[in-house]
Amino acid sequence: MKAATLRTALPAFALALLLATVFWKQPRAMSYFGVNLLLNLAIPIIFATLAQMMILAVGDLDLSIGPFISLVATIGATLLAQQPLLGVAALLAAVAVYALAGAVVEWRRLPSIVVTLGLSFVWLGAAVLLLPTPGGTAPEWLSEPMAWRAPLVPLPIWVALAAAGAGHLLITRSAFGTLARGMGGNAASVRRAGWSLVRLRAGVYATAGLFGMLAGLLLVAQTTSADANIASRYTLVSIAAVILGGGEFTGGRVSPVGAVLGAMTMTLAASFLTFLRIAPDWQVGMQGLILILVLGLRAAIDRLESRR
Amino acid sequence: MTSPSSSSSASPATARPATAGGAVAGLGRLATRPWVGSWLAALVVFGVTLALGSGRSQGAGLIGAALSFGAFTVLVSLGQMLVITTGPGNADLSIPSTIALSSAVSMIVMDGRDAMIVAGLVAAVAAGAAVGVFNFALIRLLRIPPIIATLAGSLIVMSMAISFGRGLKIKPPPLFSEAVALRVAGIPLLALVALVATLAVAVMLERTLLGRRIAAVGQNERAAALAGVPVERTRLCAYVICAALAGLTGALLAGFSGGNSLDQGEEYLLLTIAVVVIGGTAVGGGRASVPGIWGAALFMFLLVAMLNASGAGPGLRMLCTGLVILAVIVLGGSREER
Repeated sequence: MKAATLRTALPAFALALLLATVFWKQPRAMSYFGVNLLLNLAIPIIFATLAQMMILAVGDLDLSIGPFISLVATIGATLLAQQPLLGVAALLAAVAVYALAGAVVEWRRLPSIVVTLGLSFVWLGAAVLLLPTPGGTAPEWLSEPMAWRAPLVPLPIWVALAAAGAGHLLITRSAFGTLARGMGGNAASVRRAGWSLVRLRAGVYATAGLFGMLAGLLLVAQTTSADANIASRYTLVSIAAVILGGGEFTGGRVSPVGAVLGAMTMTLAASFLTFLRIAPDWQVGMQGLILILVLGLRAAIDRLESRR
Repeated sequence: MTSPSSSSSASPATARPATAGGAVAGLGRLATRPWVGSWLAALVVFGVTLALGSGRSQGAGLIGAALSFGAFTVLVSLGQMLVITTGPGNADLSIPSTIALSSAVSMIVMDGRDAMIVAGLVAAVAAGAAVGVFNFALIRLLRIPPIIATLAGSLIVMSMAISFGRGLKIKPPPLFSEAVALRVAGIPLLALVALVATLAVAVMLERTLLGRRIAAVGQNERAAALAGVPVERTRLCAYVICAALAGLTGALLAGFSGGNSLDQGEEYLLLTIAVVVIGGTAVGGGRASVPGIWGAALFMFLLVAMLNASGAGPGLRMLCTGLVILAVIVLGGSREER
């Protein structure tokens, strides 16, 4: 098999292996209900990963996506339920701030890590201001669809398919996606071709903000209440999922389908460990180990690739 | 992060004023030093905090607290600075886990006995250094980007810390607790320790082969390799020094806060990166700014103190911290250009 094919197949293979082990250990999980339960948590993580993927596509890194999703969730559980118009305005304002951050990164040539680091404090602070203690209630129109019994396969699978399809169309088929990847690969040549890099980076960040908003709304729809730290984990999980799915830190090389698979693998890795009855002390470490194993495999494939 | 062809107007040419007009030129040169901004910011925040407080008598206390807490930040940030200086994409995200592990190790080795203090400190530094070697092995063997490698590694290190120090919060030896709270002529001993470490790192960066190599690798890895610099060994040293400093900080933190705990180092994940960058070190690598570490560490502590003094709640405090960090970075301009 070609190295490139192997590379694309790796995230799917990792996911399949994890699923197979879970089914082997707990055959009852192999049902509509079981799969739904296993992958339910992946729904928000999938969109968090797509958001991170947009940023990685242009060669940046977003350290604020977790707190941003927390903020969206708190808005969803407070403003959106009580004063829908104000809630929508707050969400749009948050996405606009994301776009502004992208523009500033390009305009002042600032490192994205630092800007998003500062932003993460802003998001978290705003979330704590809105919801000092865990609570709030998601509006019914948001939480009810999450209980929908989808035909054929459970809802998380449909969501994953839709997200992968939309992401694929956006990144590989649309002009915007091509430009974004181009900017990640070689910004100078995109500028020379007459595109405004400031506007382009702002657009990429805004798209990431929209994906983040989706993630936050879906998260609060599932949990029906929120907390200012509800998604702080997502920052690191989303980075790991994009890389797991075949993305590169250098920009220009991302795979939406891989990212979605990566997000599902990261979600499953956590519950996988409870199935293996690993001592709770080592569960965190096992998550790290799984990540290292998959990345080690990819390094081996890369080496195979470069030998040709 | 940035495109290689940078054409914005802020150029480093201003760093070398053509007119050597004595003091004026000296001032001009000073103003363009990358660390000046962080010190100015720290001074401003210090002034505002005092103005918000009730009396001038608080000044000495505030400085003392800033020096104590700043010392921890300085110690870990020095290491992070070395790692970041070795080139784009290099950062150590395992610092919180390293601190958790080393604080547990040091307290277990010391076991509350004064005679074992030195052994405990050595064990903490050794545990840190081991994490550094482990991190670098992951980066090198698996060819994973350092951010992901140190992140994945940190999960394993955290698991070790959990299973190692689980359920037991061991008290530090009385002499150790006293030592970390000691003040020499009004200055916290911890600050002096951090100062010694700072001077050592500064001399290392400016005067030793390793220091020059770290800068060279960060400026242009390929050129450095062609010039005969052992790139990978240099990077290994940076990661080991960083983790060893985090290990030392873990032991000191445990002594300072009356025992080890798992979340002791949590805040240092983002704080060290913020301090290094605000201090004027180039994020893309190749240029470290040692004095800026102190300025930025004091700034970050005083900023929180200022917001506390103004009666802000936790939410508002975080919001303002974020906005101020962003303002400092945006106004400080693009430092990455070379």
